[in-house]
Order: sequence, then structure tokens, then C-alpha cells
Amino acid sequence: MKTTKTPAPLPAESGAPVTEVDGTSAGRSGRKKKEGHVLNAFSHGVLILWAFMVVMPLLWAVMTSFKDDRSIFSSPWSLPDKLHFGNWSRAWTQANMSDYFLNTILVVGGSLIGTLVLGSMAAYVLARFDFPGNRFIYYLFIGGMSFPIMLALVPLFYVVNNMGLLNTIHGLILVYIAYSLPFTVFFLTAFFRTLPTSVAEAAFVDGASHSRTFFQIMLPMAKPGLISVGIFNFLGQWNQYMLPTVLNTDPDKRVLTQGLVQLAVSQGYKGDWSGLFAGLVMAMLPVLAAYIVFQRQVVQGLTAGALK
Amino acid sequence: MQHGKYRFIVGFLAMPLGLYALFVVWPFIQSIYYSFTDWTGLSPDFKMVGLDNYTRMFDDKIFWKSLQHSLLFAVLLPLVTISLALFFSFMINVGGRRRRGGPVVSGVRGSSFYKIVYFFPQVLSIAIVALLFAFAYNPDSGAINSLLRGIGLDSVQPLWLGDPNLALWCVMAVLVWSTVGFFVVLFSAGMASIPADLYEAALLDGASRVTTFFRITLPLLWDTVQSGWVYMGILALGAESFAVVQIMTTGPGGPDYSTTVMVLYVYQKAFRDGQAAYATTIGVALLVVTLAFAAIVMRLGRRERLEY
Repeated sequence: MKTTKTPAPLPAESGAPVTEVDGTSAGRSGRKKKEGHVLNAFSHGVLILWAFMVVMPLLWAVMTSFKDDRSIFSSPWSLPDKLHFGNWSRAWTQANMSDYFLNTILVVGGSLIGTLVLGSMAAYVLARFDFPGNRFIYYLFIGGMSFPIMLALVPLFYVVNNMGLLNTIHGLILVYIAYSLPFTVFFLTAFFRTLPTSVAEAAFVDGASHSRTFFQIMLPMAKPGLISVGIFNFLGQWNQYMLPTVLNTDPDKRVLTQGLVQLAVSQGYKGDWSGLFAGLVMAMLPVLAAYIVFQRQVVQGLTAGALK
Repeated sequence: MQHGKYRFIVGFLAMPLGLYALFVVWPFIQSIYYSFTDWTGLSPDFKMVGLDNYTRMFDDKIFWKSLQHSLLFAVLLPLVTISLALFFSFMINVGGRRRRGGPVVSGVRGSSFYKIVYFFPQVLSIAIVALLFAFAYNPDSGAINSLLRGIGLDSVQPLWLGDPNLALWCVMAVLVWSTVGFFVVLFSAGMASIPADLYEAALLDGASRVTTFFRITLPLLWDTVQSGWVYMGILALGAESFAVVQIMTTGPGGPDYSTTVMVLYVYQKAFRDGQAAYATTIGVALLVVTLAFAAIVMRLGRRERLEY
């Protein structure tokens, strides 16, 4: 665990050239082969070490969630004496994890649908139609990606408050949508540009209106792009912490991330650490499970933006 | 496709653009305006005070500390994370043992396993990760110190987050831990598209693998590295650093303000101290830092690319 400290991996990195030096000096096949073997063993070693460092904290959390409070403190690394499932049921009922899950599902469900619908509408118009101000609106959306959101959050709190949307689920949904639009519009505009124009033109000639062409022809064609950007937004909104911390201070409306942080604060008084760990693991597992099942799509969705 | 075109464009853009303007663009404009007032956020009355907030900011020791830490985050975090990720992904894609009759360079066995595991932290909320590590860092009962005791290092029991000299590094290590996997997957995708003949030719000419990394892999991957750098820097200045510092360190902001960052300072001034106008002033400084950071990386990157 100590190796998670930043400087620790450096020796490994500076070790790389050392194993290579004699390979360059002669450069004939015998040496080459040896170099390959040394490199192979070395890379496996380093890669396994990092895999271990990634998995260890997560396994530790799972293990801790089954222990009783006393052994969590006295021996953090020991296996649980028996599986204390009570931690999990306490977290679910008494610590309000069920409410947090429900709130999160409502907020993320609403904002994900809203983001995809509004984002694809805007992106389609910006990608396919020429009109004065098109570039300006496009860059207005894109600019939102690089601006520090916290700056806007100070006045936004009062904007939302004045509209009576503070501490409401639908208010949070609208804000989530607004802050997800920059990336969504950016990504989908690029995607709509790659789709062939002929199909839409044919539909239009056959008498379909613009909006009908969009909903019945273009949206189905854009499905791969919508899935990628949908996964990206789902994870971003599910894991969102800063927006709800500022705009959603009502204890009953808390989303999962907020709820857990609040739980960590309040368990300090109650001393129910095992319940907190159960809550943490409970929040982790569905996302990890979904990731393992939809691994390829998740990775595509999350890296798609950076590769553009 | 002219019939009803403008009505369609307006109809499709109205909702997304309206929402975006109201919740994102308008608050940004407002906050710049508020930075010249003495608005508290608690009452609707305020008056213009000119540059008072800015002069106050330049005399504010805590502001300078937070600026220092934010800059450190923006420079060091991408550097460490991207170097580690490049190193791991090179090992994954090129570090494999040469199989008889196979290509000259090949991935290690189990490369997809590594990519799956490394990506785990990326799908978890940064809030959950921060909570988990806050426990691991606990000096008395945390996993790290207990591990140190377990291997006989009883004398080495740092206070971690409680030590003003260590706290910032602890926080950064968590961000590195959680983002390396994303870049490993990103760079692996880029490396997979580099043609194997390039490596073959270089290795035949007697180049070592380290040379091939700096002469072939890195130059061909440069665009991805550069955009990854900007992406990571913006995260490190904004939402991610807010979550880890706010959740993990006492105060929040660490012992003796040793971990406070600009984004957290904005939040505290606005929503804890009732100094909304001053908070927006720091937010404007954060905006300047973010834009300058992106511009510098793009500029430096462009020059670098010309060398090859």
C-alpha cells in the first residue's frame, strides 16, 4: 500500500533503461533474444505489481465491509471472523442507502435521457444545417468543456434558488443536462457529420418533415454514437459529486456520492464504520459489475472523446 | 431541403441552447460581473467596489497557497500519470515475448486482463475513492500504517493526511491511482494502430526497445498524449481535486492549509463564509489559470511535434 505514494513507481521506470543497455551494445540476435526475455519478465513484474495495487484497496474494502467494528480498528488486514451480513442490511435501511440509490437513479435516469435527446437535437442541427451563427453556437457549447465549473456554480446556486429549483430532483436533472451538453454536442456533432447525407435527403424528397427525418432516420443511424456518449454521460452523472454538493443540500434528496460522504461524517459520532464500508461497497459493486459486463462499450465510450 | 428550414433549426436549438444559456453561460457572465462587487450571497443588495476584491486576493496568503497547490496539481499530476500510463501501455503492447514466427513486437500475455483491471478506478466515483483512501491513510487504524507495522516498520508511522508536509502528496497519489488506467487504455488503443513494420525495421537496424519507444511510439502517439494532458490538467484544476481535497483532508483544506486548492477555496468562500463576490474573484483567477494552462500545453506540444 505504501507504493501508492507518487515517487514509489519511479525506480521501476528508471530501471527500464538498465535492462536494455547491453542489448544495444552488441545488437546481435543472441543478445536480442535475451533482451526480449528480460523485458518480458520485467514487464510482467511491473504490470502485475500495478494490477495488485489497483485491486488491493477494492478487495480490502469488500473484506472490511464484512467485519465488525472492533476488528476494523484493531486489525485492518485480518480476514473477518465471520461474515457480518448485518453491516449490509444496516447500511441499506438505517443509513438510508436505499434512499440514496433511489435518488441517484431518478436524477441520472432523467438527466441521461434529457442529455441524449437535447444533445442530439442540437448536434444534428449544428452538424447538418448552414445558418448564420452556427459556428458561434457550436463554439459556445464547446467552450463549456474547458471552463472551471466552480466559477459558474456560485451565481448558479442563486439562479437555481430564485427559480425554486434548489434541492429538487428536477432542478438537479436540468443542471446535469446543461453541464453534460458541451461534451455531448461536441461528440455527436462530429458523429452526425460522418453519417451519409443521401438517406436523409431521400426521406425528405419523399415528403418527410425535418423533424420526422431526424427522429425516424437519423437517430437510429446514430445509435453507436449515442451509446458511446450515453455511457460516458451515465458514468459522469452517476459519479457526480461537485454539482449535488453545491445545489442539493437537503438531506432527503441526497444522491449516492453525497450520501456516502455524509455518512462518513456522521458515522464518526455513531461509530458504525462497518456499516459505512458496507455502504461504500454497495455503491461500488453495481458500477464495477456493469463495467465488467459491458467492458468494451464502456472503454469505447470513455475514451472516444479523448481520441477525437 | 429549404422548406421550413429555419423554423426547424429554431425549434431544435431552442431547448438545449436555452437550458445551456440559463444554467451555464449566464452564470459564467454573472460571476465575472460579481467579482467587481461586494455581494455576500446572503442578501440581494450589493454595490460596485471596482478592483477591491482583486487587491484583496493578491494580499491573501491562503489564496497564494491554493494557487501554488493548484499549479502543482496541473503540472505534476499529468506528468506522473501520463508517464506511468505510457510506461505501462508500452509494456502491455510491446513488452511481450517474441513467439516463433510471430510479429517482432507483441503484447504481453493477458494484456486485455491488465487493461480491464487498470480501468477499475475510472468507473468509480472519485468521492468513493477518496473516502476509501481516507480510511487507508488513517494513522492509527488505517490499512497503510498497519501494513507497515506488519512488515516490521514500527518506527515508520507517518500521519499521512495529518502531516502538513505529506498531506498534499497523499491526495495527489490518490488521483494518480484513479486515473492511470484511463490513460493506459487510451494509449494502448493508439499503440495498437502503429504498424508493426516500423518496429521491425528499427529493431533490425539494431535499435533497442527503449529507442523504439522514444523514436517511434511517442512521436506517433503525440497528439493523444497532448490532448490527454490538457484533459487531465483541467480535471486536476477542477472537479477531481475538489472532491479529493474536500473529502479527504481535515478542515477541509488540510492541516495549516497544506492541501487547499483554488476550486475548494472558491467553494468555501461562497458557501461557508458568505463572501460570494470574493469567491467569484478567486474563480476568475482559476479561469485564467485553466485557460493559460491549456494554451501553454497546446503551444509547447506543437513545437515538440515539429521536431519529428
